[in-house]
Amino acid sequence: MSEGSILKSQDDVVLSVEHVKKKIGRKWIIHDVTFDVREGEVFGFLGPNGAGKTTTIRMLVDLIKPTSGTIRVCGYDVNKNQEQALRFVGSIVENPEAYTYLTGWENLEHFARMQRGIDRQRIQEVVDIVRLDQRIHDKVSTYSLGMRQRLGIAQALLGRPKLLILDEPTNGLDPKGIKELRQFIRQLADEGLAVFVSSHLLSEIQLLCDRVAIISKGRVLAVGPVEELVSENAQYVIWDLSSVGEGRSILSRQAGVEVITDAEEVLDDAIIAGMGQEAIVTRMDEQHVASIVRQLVSAGIEVKGVHKINPTLEQLFLKMTEGESID
Amino acid sequence: MINLLPLVKNETIKIIKKKRFYVVLLILVVLVPMFTYAQMRSAERTRDKFHGDWRLEVQQQITDNENSLSSDRVPDEWKKFRKIFIQQLQYYLDHDVNPNEPNGVTFTREFLDNSISLFIPLLVMAIASDIVSGERTSGTIKMLLTRPVKRWKVLLSKLIALVMYNSLIVVATVIITYLISGAVFGYKGFTIPVFTGFLIRGSEVDMSAVHAVPQWEYLLMQAGLAWFVSLVVGVLAFMVSVLVRSTAASIVVMMAALIAGSILTNMASAWNSAKYLFMVNLQLTNYLSGTPAPIEGMSLTFSLIVLTVWGAAAIAISFLVFTKRDILN
Repeated sequence: MSEGSILKSQDDVVLSVEHVKKKIGRKWIIHDVTFDVREGEVFGFLGPNGAGKTTTIRMLVDLIKPTSGTIRVCGYDVNKNQEQALRFVGSIVENPEAYTYLTGWENLEHFARMQRGIDRQRIQEVVDIVRLDQRIHDKVSTYSLGMRQRLGIAQALLGRPKLLILDEPTNGLDPKGIKELRQFIRQLADEGLAVFVSSHLLSEIQLLCDRVAIISKGRVLAVGPVEELVSENAQYVIWDLSSVGEGRSILSRQAGVEVITDAEEVLDDAIIAGMGQEAIVTRMDEQHVASIVRQLVSAGIEVKGVHKINPTLEQLFLKMTEGESID
Repeated sequence: MINLLPLVKNETIKIIKKKRFYVVLLILVVLVPMFTYAQMRSAERTRDKFHGDWRLEVQQQITDNENSLSSDRVPDEWKKFRKIFIQQLQYYLDHDVNPNEPNGVTFTREFLDNSISLFIPLLVMAIASDIVSGERTSGTIKMLLTRPVKRWKVLLSKLIALVMYNSLIVVATVIITYLISGAVFGYKGFTIPVFTGFLIRGSEVDMSAVHAVPQWEYLLMQAGLAWFVSLVVGVLAFMVSVLVRSTAASIVVMMAALIAGSILTNMASAWNSAKYLFMVNLQLTNYLSGTPAPIEGMSLTFSLIVLTVWGAAAIAISFLVFTKRDILN
């Protein structure tokens, strides 16, 4: 990274969290959290339940005051100057709540009155963006969870925010809805919005985010581009061979190849379920695959399949937290 | 910076759409006919007894009360009440004014007397107890407080909405009561003179300041006092609603306080410092009609000051807590 680009990225910072700590009662819930979110990126906030994700998010939107540290949105201190800072923030904290005895439209009108410069036209715009125009004049009590989620996003976008905060946004959505949401968030980021997404689902962060902060027990363990964090870990290759015993001995003789015996510990359940009983799991660099295939074939072993598996954030996480479970 | 008007509009809409105010009106429309019917039956009975002569009826009341004064079984405190009551009745008799003349306005006046300390505050509580805790129960408080609006403004808009609905409830009570009871007793009675200004000194009534006012004026004074009482109770319920997360809990707390007040009023005359509790100071209309206060040393000014202090403290606590507190769920 050149010096110029560092300076530029500093200018782009929409949300900056510096050494934030929070004590509730006598217990420190958040020990030390520091990270920046920049314009046009999707930033993941990953951690198991109870790690302090929601507490941190509540501090970002001034529902909770930090015990120490500062949170700035577009240069304004959220906890001291909330009228300025929160103008730039749209959020859904935990569930997308709405007044169920009002219609979707009345809910949006309600929130529009709490901010300057939002007219009918803007309300109609966000309704169109989340494609809720069919049911917008129905009572929210008749909405499905997916529709409430969309209404929540509509109210978050209402004030033309620069920062969108979504707490576990895919909770309760079906696979189709999750896919749609992912595309939608990407589109918003491409338009220049900074999107902050929390999740305990690692695959989701991997699919959605540009950068990620990993939090556990109230501490940020790592912040960085998702790909960079992933490539620090070696890749896995799954071999499906006609002769398991011979194949295994050839594989284990190769330099830079490690045969994994306890696959359950390093791979996602979904991958384990998808691979054959006889499959051999190795940790290796993918550039050796071609030469190993040639060796296997010349030794008379049929290669029925070779799969590359990117390490998941789960493994990354397990490595960093030394085995604290993610649930 | 956002000004308060749109925020107050929001709160007003929410109370209407949540059907809280309709419930209040419905309660009035259901209960007032019941009271009217009960009043009608008792009016019929006395008319039969005294053949329509109200002077006989008042004379009978005076005689009954005088007789009970000589009884040893009647406690001294009750005797004090009755002596004063007799003096007042005599005053009405001397001035040829029927204190019990049945008509819509008189019924409304009596209804306000009876509902000022419990019934009207209860109606206001139906709105006040839910106004903050309702947002917490539904989780919408998070949406409300993550707007670029200072917290005190959010709370102030709720308080203003409460004051408006409080006024509306008192007015609605008077109008609905008058309309419904008038259908039975007639809509006349605005100009009937009502005596006020009785000053109670020990067991004697000081009549020097007594003067007659037209009944409509008396009714206005009552409504003003009822407005103030229900406002103070409403503000206290508002505070409890800020402090407690569930609406049910905040209603129970306030109900308990009000009922404790009506029990104390009946038995606390020996416990002098109880007069500083807000709930024994709610029967403000008694000062107009000259009914002795439950505890010595209480007067209209005293009660107004006590209620004001309680109300101001409740508002201060509400704002302190609401603007400082972490919203954890």
